[in-house]
Amino acid sequence: MSTTDRAIVVRGLTKRYGKQLAVDHLSFEVEHGEIFGLIGPDGAGKTTLFHMLTTLTTPDEGTASILGKDILKDIRAIRSSVGYMPGRFSLYQDLSARENLQFFAALFRTTVEENYDLVAPIYSQIEKFQDRKAGHLSGGMKQKLALSCALIHRPSMLFLDEPTTGVDAVSRGEFWEMLQRLKEQGITILVSTPYMDEASLCDRIALYNKGRILGIDTPEGFRRGYDAPLYAVSAERMYELLNVTRGMPGVRECYTAGSVHHLVGTADFRPEEYSEALAARGFSDLVIRPIEADVEDVFIKLMHNDPLQ
Amino acid sequence: MRTLGVLLEKEFLQLFRDPFMPKMIVFFPILVMLIFPWVATLEVKDVRVTVVDQDNSSLSRLISNEIEHSAYFEFQEVAKDYDRALLRLEEDRTDAIVSIPAGFEESLLKGSPKKISISANAVNAVKGSVGSQYLTQITGSAQQEFLQEKGIQGLSVPEVTVTNRYNETLVYRNYMIPALMIMLLILVCGFLPALNIVNEKERGTIEQINVTPVKQSVFMLAKLIPFWVIGLVVVAISIFTSFILYGLVPSGSWLEVFLACMIFIILMSALGVVVANYSSTMIEAIFLMFFVIMIFVLMGGLLTPIESMPEWAQYFTFILPSRYFNTIMRATYLKGASILDLRLEYAALAAFGLIFGLLAAITYRKRS
Repeated sequence: MSTTDRAIVVRGLTKRYGKQLAVDHLSFEVEHGEIFGLIGPDGAGKTTLFHMLTTLTTPDEGTASILGKDILKDIRAIRSSVGYMPGRFSLYQDLSARENLQFFAALFRTTVEENYDLVAPIYSQIEKFQDRKAGHLSGGMKQKLALSCALIHRPSMLFLDEPTTGVDAVSRGEFWEMLQRLKEQGITILVSTPYMDEASLCDRIALYNKGRILGIDTPEGFRRGYDAPLYAVSAERMYELLNVTRGMPGVRECYTAGSVHHLVGTADFRPEEYSEALAARGFSDLVIRPIEADVEDVFIKLMHNDPLQ
Repeated sequence: MRTLGVLLEKEFLQLFRDPFMPKMIVFFPILVMLIFPWVATLEVKDVRVTVVDQDNSSLSRLISNEIEHSAYFEFQEVAKDYDRALLRLEEDRTDAIVSIPAGFEESLLKGSPKKISISANAVNAVKGSVGSQYLTQITGSAQQEFLQEKGIQGLSVPEVTVTNRYNETLVYRNYMIPALMIMLLILVCGFLPALNIVNEKERGTIEQINVTPVKQSVFMLAKLIPFWVIGLVVVAISIFTSFILYGLVPSGSWLEVFLACMIFIILMSALGVVVANYSSTMIEAIFLMFFVIMIFVLMGGLLTPIESMPEWAQYFTFILPSRYFNTIMRATYLKGASILDLRLEYAALAAFGLIFGLLAAITYRKRS
C-alpha cells in the first residue's frame, strides 16, 4: 500500500535527548478521516512525537509522512496543510481573540471570512468576548480560540497535543463533540491525552508509554481482548485491603481505580477462596464483583507485560 | 512581502499596546541626556590645595596667587611646614599639597631650578591624577610668566603646554554625549530584540508561528525592523535633547551620524538575535546580553580611553564594534570628521554588521 493512502505513516521514528530515548523506534499508521488517540501518561514522549510530525523537531532516526509528504523534505507543504494546537496555550496574550484569529488567517494567506463556516461552531461560542485580550480569556475559552486558530486555514489534518488538560469536565465534553463535527468534515485528527476516559471517544487508540507503543486497536477491541479475570474489590479499610490483596495467592496485581481497587487474577483465581481468606483477616465487609475491563486496565496490563517497561 | 506586512502589523500593534514601551522609547533617551552628561564626568573641580611656601619669594607668591585664582582649585592656606600640610592631607582636609622649596626663585634665575613637589591624595584616583596634572601646568606657567616679566630668556622651565583640541572648552559633557548615545543604542537595539524573541520562546508563541509556512528569515526581519525604527527615533530624540540642553550639534554631517547609527543598530539587533538563539529563558538572555554590553561599554573606549588600557586589552578592542562606532561618533560629532576620514572605521563597522547578520541566521537555523 502506498504511503499516500494513509494520513500518517510513521516508520522507526526515534528521538533522543542526550542518552534518554524520548521516542523509541516508533511505527504506526493513521487512516484518513479518523480520530486517532495517543493515550499515555505525562512524560511518555507525546509532545516530542508531535513536534517531529509537525516539523518543529527533526528525528534522529526513521521517517514519517503526513498526507503523503515527507516530514524532512516537504516541510513547507506539511505546514500549509496541517493545524497544530500545542499543549500549552501559545497564542498572543496581548492581542485580542479576533486579532489572533485574523493574524493566523493572514499568515496562511487567507481570511477569517473565507473559512468562517469551518470555525463557526467553535468560534461563535467565544464571539462575544472576541475583543478581549487572549490572555484574559478563561481556560475553556482559550482552548476554543486555540482550536479556531489551528483551523482557520482549513487544514486537512489536525494535531492536538493534550487539548483538554486543565479544562473542566463540561468543556471537555463539548470539546470532544466539536472534534466529532470536524471529523465529519473529513479532517483527520491525531489527539493525545493522559485521560483514559477520553480514549473511548477516539476511533482508534495507541497506548503509549516511554516512547513506545504498547498496542494499537479500537477502544472496543482493546476491551474485548482483555483475557484475565478482573474484579472490583472494596472494603472499609481500603489501603490495608490493597496491601493484603497484593500478597494473596492467585492475584496477579491490584491497583486503585477510583473508589474501588481492581484485582487482576491469574487463571486459577477463585473469588470465593479469596473472600474467605480476607474475612479470616478481618475484612468482613469485603465486596467483590467481576467487571469489564476499561482502557486503563488494558494499559496497565500491557505496561506490565512489556519487558522494556 | 505580504506576510512581512502582516507580521510587522502585529509587532507594531503589540508594541503600541504595551503600556511601558512607547513611553520608554521617548523618555529613556531624554532622561539619559538630561542626567548622565552631568554625572558620568571625569571633570575635576574644586581641588583643595595647600601651598607650603618655604621660599617666600615673589615667584612663590605668584604661584600661590595663580592657584588661588584658578577655577579648578580651592585655595586653602599657605602653610609654613610640610609636615603640618601632610597631616591635613591625611585627615582629608586638603586634596593636594604644592611644596615650594627654599631658594626656589634664586635657583630658577641661576638656570638650575630646584623641583616643586606636588603631593596629591590619590584615593580618588581621578581627582588625584587630574588635579596634580592641573597643578603641574599652573606652576609651570607661573614660572614662565615670572621669567618673562623679568625679561629673561633662554632659561629652562619645565615646559608644560597642553592644548585641548576639538573640545576646546574641555567640557567633559560634550565628550560623553556621543558615548551615551552609543549606550542607548546598545540597550535599545541589542537588549530589546533579544528579550522580545526569547519572550516568544518562553510563551510558546514561536512554536505556533513555526508550524505556519512563514519563512524564518521573514519572521526575524519582522522582529527586527521595529527596533531599527525605534533605534533611529532614539538617536533623533537624543540629538535633539542634547542640542536643546547643551547646545551641542554634530559638527560633522547629520546624515553621516545617522548612517553610522543605522549600521550599528542593525549590527546590535543581529547580535540580539544571536543571544536570543542561545537562550531559552529571559534570565539567560539578560545575563548573556549584560555580559556583552559590559564588554562593549567598558572596553570599547566609551568611558575610558583605549590608549590607557594594557596592551593585550588594546589588541582585544579591535574585535569590538563599539570601538569603531565610538571613534566614528566622537569624530563626527566633535571633530567634524567625514565618512572619508573615517572610511576604515565605517568599513570595520559594516563588516561586523555582516558577520553578526550571518551569525544570527546560522544560529537560528541550528535550533529548528
